[in-house]
Parts: sequence; C-alpha cells; structure tokens
Amino acid sequence: MSTGPSLRAQFYATRPISRDNLVPENAALGLIAFSSPNDPEPSLRISDGRIVELDGKSEDEFDLLDEFIARRGIDLAVAEEAMALDDVAFAQALVDGATPRASVTRLAAGMTPAKLARVLALLAPVELLSAMQKMRVRRTPSIQAHVTNRVDHPLLLAADAASAVALGFRELETTVPLLRDAPLNAVALLVGGQVPAPGALTQCAVEERLELELGMRGLTTYAETVSVYGTEQVFVDGDDTPWSKAFLASCYASRGLKMRFTSGSGAECLMGATEGCSMLYLEARCLAVTRAAGSQGTQNGGIDGVNVAGSVPDGMREVIAENLLAMMHDLESCTGNDTLMSSSDIRRTAHTLPLLLAGSDFLFSGFGSIPAYDNAFGPSNFNAEDIDDYLVVQRDWGFEGVLRPQSDDDLLPLRRRAVEALRAVLDELDLARFSDADAEAVVQAHGSLDVPALDPHLVPDAADQLMQRGLTALDVVRALAVRGFEVEAERVLDMLRQRLYGDYLQTSAIFTEDMRVLSALSDPNDYAGPGTGYRMTAARRVETGAVRQVWAPATLVAEQDAHAGCLQLRELGPAQRGTRPDEVVVGLSPAFAHTIWLSLSGLTVAEVLRQVLAGIEEEGASARLVQVRRTLDVGAIGSTASRLAGSGIGIGLQAKGTALIHRADLPPLGNLELFSIAPRVTRELYRGLGRNAARYARSAEPEPLFLAESSEPLGPNYHARVVALVALERGSVVASDPLEVEATWPS
Amino acid sequence: MAELKPVYPLAESDTGQARTSSGRKVGEISLDAVVRGEIGPGDIRISPEVLRQQADFAEQGGNPQLADNLRRGAELVAFSDEELLDLYESLRPGRSSALELEQLAARLDAGGAALCAALVREARGAYVRRGLAS
Repeated sequence: MSTGPSLRAQFYATRPISRDNLVPENAALGLIAFSSPNDPEPSLRISDGRIVELDGKSEDEFDLLDEFIARRGIDLAVAEEAMALDDVAFAQALVDGATPRASVTRLAAGMTPAKLARVLALLAPVELLSAMQKMRVRRTPSIQAHVTNRVDHPLLLAADAASAVALGFRELETTVPLLRDAPLNAVALLVGGQVPAPGALTQCAVEERLELELGMRGLTTYAETVSVYGTEQVFVDGDDTPWSKAFLASCYASRGLKMRFTSGSGAECLMGATEGCSMLYLEARCLAVTRAAGSQGTQNGGIDGVNVAGSVPDGMREVIAENLLAMMHDLESCTGNDTLMSSSDIRRTAHTLPLLLAGSDFLFSGFGSIPAYDNAFGPSNFNAEDIDDYLVVQRDWGFEGVLRPQSDDDLLPLRRRAVEALRAVLDELDLARFSDADAEAVVQAHGSLDVPALDPHLVPDAADQLMQRGLTALDVVRALAVRGFEVEAERVLDMLRQRLYGDYLQTSAIFTEDMRVLSALSDPNDYAGPGTGYRMTAARRVETGAVRQVWAPATLVAEQDAHAGCLQLRELGPAQRGTRPDEVVVGLSPAFAHTIWLSLSGLTVAEVLRQVLAGIEEEGASARLVQVRRTLDVGAIGSTASRLAGSGIGIGLQAKGTALIHRADLPPLGNLELFSIAPRVTRELYRGLGRNAARYARSAEPEPLFLAESSEPLGPNYHARVVALVALERGSVVASDPLEVEATWPS
Repeated sequence: MAELKPVYPLAESDTGQARTSSGRKVGEISLDAVVRGEIGPGDIRISPEVLRQQADFAEQGGNPQLADNLRRGAELVAFSDEELLDLYESLRPGRSSALELEQLAARLDAGGAALCAALVREARGAYVRRGLAS
C-alpha cells in the first residue's frame, strides 16, 4: 500500500494557487484584516474647541499621527453628532442609494479612524461595492497605466506611452531600474503621452526630493508616491512625519502640480511595526492623515503590501474597504490593483473584478500597459498580456473600464510619431542620438526584449546632462516646435498652461482628450440609486464592443464558400421505405451540401459523408441517402431515416457534424449512439459510426466509440459559429417530405 | 464696473485676467513666445492669487484641508525650488533641533508664509514631545 500523498493531492500541489503564501491570523504581528483585539475603542473628547482624547488616548499620549489627525483631520462641528451615531445606522446610510453622498462625507469628516474602521468591518462584499458606487468622487471613472521597461529605453517608453494613451489610459506612471535615468524617463512619457491625444497626466515615481524636482521643472505633470504609514514607527522609518508630508504637499501646490498620497494595508507588517492593530484600522489612520494634510487624493488598496493583505482571511474585502474609506474622506481614489497578487489567474482576477464593477476614480493605480517582464515596479495585477482579456470582460459586463480596443493600424503610426518626436527632442537638445534601426525596432516591439541593446552609458549620461544643464519642459516644447512637431509642442505647452490655472489641483481631476477638466467640482459623482450616476453613452458602448475577438459574419460565409460544391446531391424523388433487411438509411439535414459545406470539426460535409458510408460498407451493409427537409433536429432526422430503412436503423447527420444512430421503434428524440460534440469528431469516429449502424442492422455487437480526451473549452470556441450554422439550417427547412438523393464527390 | 465672480474651471472661464507668478497673462504663453525664448521658468509658475482662488473653490466644495494646503502653496510660490527642497528636508525626522525648527518658522514668517510657519511650529511641538527633536 502506498504511503505517499494521493495522485489527487499531488495534482493540487502543482496548481498555481499552491504557490501563494497564506498565513493564519496573528494579531500580534498585525496579520489581521479587520477588528484586531488591539484596535482601540472609538472615542473622541473635545474640550474648549480642542480634541483632548482620540480613540482611547489622551492628548499627552498622542503619537505623531494622533496629534496630526486631532489638530487638522477632524471636523469639530460634526464630530459629536458623528461619533454618537450608531455604527449599523451609519453603515446602512453608506450603502443606501437614497442617502445622499454628501451626507455621508459630512459625517465621516467628524469620525475617528477607529470609528470608521469599525463601521466598515460591518459591510458584506456587495454592500461595500454598492457604497463604493455612490461614494467615489468623480462621476466618470478613469484609469492609470504603468509605462516602464527593464532597460529604461527612452524611445520604447515614448512609444509605449503613446500606445497607453491610445488605449484610453489618462494617467501614466513610470519608474526606473536606475535612478539616474529618471529625468529621461519623465521626458519620454511627457512627449510620447501627448502624441495620440492631449491631456494625459504623467509622473515618475522616485525618491520624494527628486520627484518634486522633476515636477518643478515641468518634466512630470503630477506626483503620487508621497507615502504615509499607519504607525509612528513606520512613518518615521519612512523618513518623514505627517508635517513633512503636508509641507511636501504644499510644495507641489506651489508649483501648480497635482499630487496624491499613497498608503495601503500590509506596509506596516512588512516594516514590522503594527502595534498589533488590524490592517483596516492602520489604513484608517493613514487616510485621516492624508485628508488632514490636504492631499486631494490617495493611492491605496494594498499596493505593495497587497500580498500581505491577501495572506490573511478577509484580506481582499479589507482592501476594497480601504478604497471605500478613501472615498468617504472625499479623497480621489486611485485604487490599487497594481501588484500581481497571486500566481492563480482566477485569484488575481477575483481581487480586481469587484472593484471594476463598482467603479473608482482610477480603477488601477497602474495597469501594466507593458509586458509583465518590463514592469520596473514588478508585474501589475493586470499587464499587457491581459489587455484583450480586460477588454472582453469590459464588454461582457458593460462596466466602464475606460479602455478601448486598438489595432496595429491604430497604434503603429502613433508609436512611430512618438518615437520620432522624442528622438528629435533628444537630438535637438544634444542629449542622445538613436539610429533608424533602433527607432523602427521600437515601433514594432512588444517589449524591451524585441529591441537592440543600447550603449549602457547613453541614457544615464543624457539624463545627467539634462539635470546639470537645468533643462525644463520649456526646452522640450521649444525642441518639439523647432523640429516640426508643433502639435505635440502645443500639447506639452498646454500641460504647462494648465498648471497656471490650477484647476487640476482640485480633487479627482483629470483632463479629457479635449482638455476639459473633470474633477469633484466639475464632474461630481451623482449616483443615487438605479437610473442615476455615470452610464456609458451609446457610442462608448459600440467602442467597447468592437474587440479583436469579434468575427464578422462575412468570415463564416467565406469559410463555407471556400468549400462550396465539395459534394453534389442529385434529387431522385420522394423517399420511400426500403425493404432490404441490411439497409441503413443516412438522413442528411436540410442545409447539408446546400448552404453548409464545412462541419465544426473542420472536415467538409463531403468527407464526413464519405467516412460514414465507408463504415457501413466495411460491415457489408447497404446504404441509402435521404435529405430531410422538414426539421433540423438531428434526433428527428435520424428517426425519419430509421423509419425509411429496411433494417429499421438510420443515421442522422447534421451539416455542422452532429450525428447519431437511430432505430425505428425508439421515440423520435431517443437514439442508440450520439456524437453531440461535433467539433471533436474525427474521420475515424464517423467511420466507426457507419460501422456500428451496420452492426445494429445485422444484429451484431457494436464497437465502443469514445472521443479523445480534451479539456479545451467548447462553447467559447464554437458557439458563435454554431448559432450561425443553425441559422443556415433553419433557412433551409421547408414543409416538405424527405427526398431520396444520390451523392457524387467531384474530384 | 463690478468684478466678475470667478467660476471653476478657471481655464474655461478666464477672460484674459489670470496671471502667472511673473505677472504675465496666461493667455500670452504662446508657442511662438516659447520658441522666441521669451518665456522663462517664472512665467510658467502659478500665482498665489490663482492658488487662493482655487483654495476658495475647494473650501466651497467642502474640503477645508485641501483649501489650507492650497493656501500654504500660495505662500510658497515665492520661494525658489532649492529653498523649498531644503525646507522640506529640514522638516524630515531628526534633521533639525527645536531651535532650528523655530528659526525655520521665523524664516517662513519673514517670507510671508504664516500658515506654513504655523505648520512648522505645530511640528516642532510634536517632534519635541515624541523625541524627534531636542
């Protein structure tokens, strides 16, 4: 007797899901999604207009976060009312479409982190999603792309930025494997991102100080990697305090630059200082700090720590809950999904899909628009490899996923233009030169593995030059204009002009492709139950429907026409009942060799019939052909054939390839043997079907016939074709009796 | 003549009044002007007035914290990029003593940045209490 694991257990051990690391809940380590026993009880005490107690701590015990939240983050005018509110009542108001969004944000502004975390712990998954639909700030959802590559190839970054904007991304985020390259990466996105349409925002995620400097020079148009953490220890380990972060936010504002903070569960666990608190409570503190500092928004929902959240029970529900909490604070929500969270395709999709259905200001804080291997942040939860899947899922559900299908004809001219524009800028500014071969390889490339290697000094040297010479976006604009890229020059300049108006400093601001600003003020979410809020326009629905996988009806016509005439049927007159006891009648469907010539298995109807007849002949029986015209049902066709056969045995054959053996005394929808899975029937099986029919006719034992094993899906691959073929059959049905036919096979 | 009430978004409602921090009208920032070299970095910096207007919009929109941030930003427009980077650096943990933070606040006050100065003084109190500055 074997003592090792069963074959079944061995199989499960090889499944991708078995590579995911899951852990038991452990409150001491902060490995707990909601409601740690160490989370404080919500409390708030105000004395003389000043908060003197917050979530169980008195003023003298406040850590940096408590103090910052107490001084700046809580609306004292509503705090007492909000804190006195019953948790369940507030949770219900949150979910209820009829309760206005503004009344929820008003009360949330007066609640402490512990109170908010406790309310959100009450919500079931679909309740979280319903609340999210109402609570996101901007009416129109948007989406952000990662645009990076593993070698910081600037031309490839520009081309990929252009592809991303063509696909519909409105924010592009890059980062670097090599910090020195950052300024050049920023320029590549700035230029490439403006090629397909105006208005895409671009950022370069690097160390705080350099990121700010790039923004000040106009080389980026927003910033995101302003990280905050949920415990004092981790905040300080991150080399900041709430006040330094608030000051940084004001620095960005002073230059007219959009900026958002970043947080997310799991970060404190990874840094080993959670104070034993739950992930949601620590994130609630992060979000209170974010709001208190005056950041217009946040990137949260796991982010780099999503796998930590994913390792504990309820982790994915917690991630969605923290996205929702950002929205309740009236913060722009850029909702994660930017880190590959599982080796299992099912599990990583299960993480993202609920959020897509609910909608957010930015569905992804980095959909990997480039191949996973080129993602300098590490693979995103969805990557270039998944874009077609994403587009089809968007079409399936009709949620606003913001992306649109793009063909080579759409993309290649844009990629070429982006490459040439950046090449011209780098040449004009005397920073770097590239060959025609480099440029063309980039236009055609899927990723960095498809392009020739660059001189390793080229990019960092050019980036150093750019910094040392103090070049700014104005130099980029000038170079574009001088080299004939006036359209792109105008667009980059317009991004500079926009920061002079500051409209996009308001919460949740993006630019449309015609440079209108959509924000909390100009496009507020007005969802208030069914029939309200954002809905796709008819034109947008058509756009999302036109995915690559849709085949035109003409494809099917051409496929059938290519085999027209492969079999000729001559009509001999009304079919009569036969008398020979060894006679098998083969009943053909109405469209067989009339309008359908190719069956689902890829065999022509001529070949299918040849094999069936050869099988009958091999067993020494005789065969006669009739074409049934009154029905397309294969059972009825076989039944009709069997009642015309001298032996009482008939074969029913549909043009699409479905086949069965019937006997005259069986009910019409019965059968002796059935090949229902037409796409997988082979020549040998059709021949075997003929042989077995003959054996039934001679009262001999039939041979068992089995399809080869396969786990390929059938429906998705064939059902559209089945519907089209059945329509052809239906079109050939007439209210007439069966005809005897004679077949010939033209050579 | 009564002044028109500003309307968000300013880029759409501007009738040629909005100015950059250098005093130039935003409408004058044309591509030709850039190519001719007439536009300098100061011309593409937002003005304190516009930032304060945006702060008012944020306040009316129900976000006083964002409004405060934009008003602090308005105070910082006049500071050079280098000065801002240094100020930020000084506020990071363990960089400055309580005295240095007070001097920083005074510098901000002197530069007309009273809200930023208050932020720094608040930070100083918390840093001292939590042992980040002595």
